[in-house]
Amino acid sequence: MSDTQTYITAHCCITQKKVYKNGILLLSDETGSDTTDFLLSAYKYFNVDYPKFYKMDNLCKLGFLAVELLLKERRIAEEYSPETVGIVLSNANSSLDADLNYFQTVKNIPSPAQFVYTLPNIVIGEISIRHHCKGENAFFVSDRFDTGFMQFYVQDLLDRNRINACISGWVECLGGEYKAVVYLTEKRPAKGSLPFNIDHIHQIYEIANGEING
Amino acid sequence: MADLKQQIIAQLNLKDLKPEDIGDDQPLFVEGLGLDSIDALELIVLLQQEYKIKLASAEEGQHVFRSVRTMAQYITEHQPKTV
Repeated sequence: MSDTQTYITAHCCITQKKVYKNGILLLSDETGSDTTDFLLSAYKYFNVDYPKFYKMDNLCKLGFLAVELLLKERRIAEEYSPETVGIVLSNANSSLDADLNYFQTVKNIPSPAQFVYTLPNIVIGEISIRHHCKGENAFFVSDRFDTGFMQFYVQDLLDRNRINACISGWVECLGGEYKAVVYLTEKRPAKGSLPFNIDHIHQIYEIANGEING
Repeated sequence: MADLKQQIIAQLNLKDLKPEDIGDDQPLFVEGLGLDSIDALELIVLLQQEYKIKLASAEEGQHVFRSVRTMAQYITEHQPKTV
């Protein structure tokens, strides 16, 4: 049991053509767009300017966009030293979406640009480059979002002072299905923040399932 | 060269760019279009797929991929002749 009280100071969900920030619906796209189209329309809708986005696979685009919105209006790179901002993500299907796309190119000439995305932790790399994060990072693969493990792991990093802030959550993309649930955990509270515990992580995750509690 | 520019845009996923945005002599790497080493590999794939050309060496690539014009010249000189 930790002695240090920590807080979820922001959270963001992207799933099924909807984008939520702190439980508030920011974007709902009712058109018949597929995953790639939706992520591109969200990129444009939120006026993100990062040309490398176009080169990313869908898992990276999803994680990148979710964290972009999570950290909007924050200057995380100025508030913390880079080595104290961690990233801990998880999903069920690793980089299988990119693996399958790459496999298609192997039949002809393998695509180097697709090959570089055939690891799930590349999404952490893209986020790290964008937000100058150099702290502890890990990408776990499990059948379901293990809120207990994710809470324990991040809390332990914070307790040991390995990091002072952490971007964590679930970033899953395979075929037409995608879901990102990310949250920022810090040692100091902010307006509207939630104590960092399993119940609140679960509550945030339920927003992505259409149950708005946040 | 317009066709080649379109192929580069498609191969490298440069969806914000139009062919006319790329100058014939504009450097492709670093200070120009800002391409990176993975993009260089994709350009090698483009030459193989579209023009059946294989680069002889990495050193050759530094010259060939300097600009769209140098790429076009290399393609013209090395494209296999069709009977």
